[in-house]
Amino acid sequence: MASALVRVPARARRGEVIEITAMVAHPMETGFRSGENGQILPRNIVQLFVCRYDGVEVFRAEFFPAITANPYIAFSTIATRSGTLEFRWIDDRGAEVLERAAIIVE
Amino acid sequence: MKVGNRAGVTAAQAFGLLLLALCLMLPCASALGQPAAGAGLRSGFDSMSESTQAMQRDDAANPGMLTVNDGARLWARPEGSAQRSCAGCHGEASVSMKTAAARYPRWDERLSRPVGLSQRIALCRQRYQGLDAGSPDSAAQLALSTFVAHAARGVSLQPDTDPRLVPWRERGRAHFNQRMGQLDLSCAACHEERAGLRLGGATIPQGHPNGYPLYRLEWQSVGSLQRRLRNCLTGVRAEVWPSDAIEYIELELHLTRRAAGLLIETPAVRP
Repeated sequence: MASALVRVPARARRGEVIEITAMVAHPMETGFRSGENGQILPRNIVQLFVCRYDGVEVFRAEFFPAITANPYIAFSTIATRSGTLEFRWIDDRGAEVLERAAIIVE
Repeated sequence: MKVGNRAGVTAAQAFGLLLLALCLMLPCASALGQPAAGAGLRSGFDSMSESTQAMQRDDAANPGMLTVNDGARLWARPEGSAQRSCAGCHGEASVSMKTAAARYPRWDERLSRPVGLSQRIALCRQRYQGLDAGSPDSAAQLALSTFVAHAARGVSLQPDTDPRLVPWRERGRAHFNQRMGQLDLSCAACHEERAGLRLGGATIPQGHPNGYPLYRLEWQSVGSLQRRLRNCLTGVRAEVWPSDAIEYIELELHLTRRAAGLLIETPAVRP
């Protein structure tokens, strides 16, 4: 797992509903495909995506096979205070990607 | 006499028509820089669905940007026996690579033949960083090509005018027009004669190389122009050229000339 792209508004008004998008580079191998030698490619998908806002979990998603490679998620939350949004993806092999974005709420 | 006279008039008329045709061509030529303009060159972008277009436009939704970011990290990382980074010689890619991708394929003095952008990067990695020759479709190679081509996004394709490229480009044109495979189709049969018509549910594009390396939804990943060409060869049930075949570069030389003036979209998104 390598890189992720997140979009969080840099500034927001307190109480405003903000849209957040997050995409991670991942092959999302389903476990149903065969490789060049005819062997089944072992399943390796992102199992879990969690977003924490200032340490508080605001969004969580479980993933399953048949979700695209490089999954893209858009969701919204309410801007409460200035702080950091933390995005974490965990895959079948236990690999983690962690991405952070700052937001200023005024 | 009468016949001769008539012939003279016809020649004058023909000359007039030629002048008129030349005048009409001028606005066409200036329109080449504006691929969005309806007539003439059309990027594959124009025939995509709105949702796919939106995906390409938005850098936070375009999965190709993940590859661009990988490339940016590789660009700055010292590698190989020389422990040099790309940035060590070339500096900021946004400055030094601003137009590079628009001019490839170009002539390589040491090999005495044209090379594409991806191969140029591979040669650089071997000659100056001391790395092994990797596969053209390796992750590192793709990431760097995508990153460098992305630096030229929005620049119009300007094929190199080096006269040494001419015979290679002409061979590329011959490949383009050559019917091949069990389906007996040439590139031109679809992408020139039937461009804009439908093949099953999809619009046949003009087949321009202005978005490569690009993210193809069907592939679920970023891929090179060569991968796309291999797909086409398989599609017409022709024998696929080996990965180091010069045919790919010759064809790319012809494709970039056909597409001259279109804006680079890397990383484009295609269905």
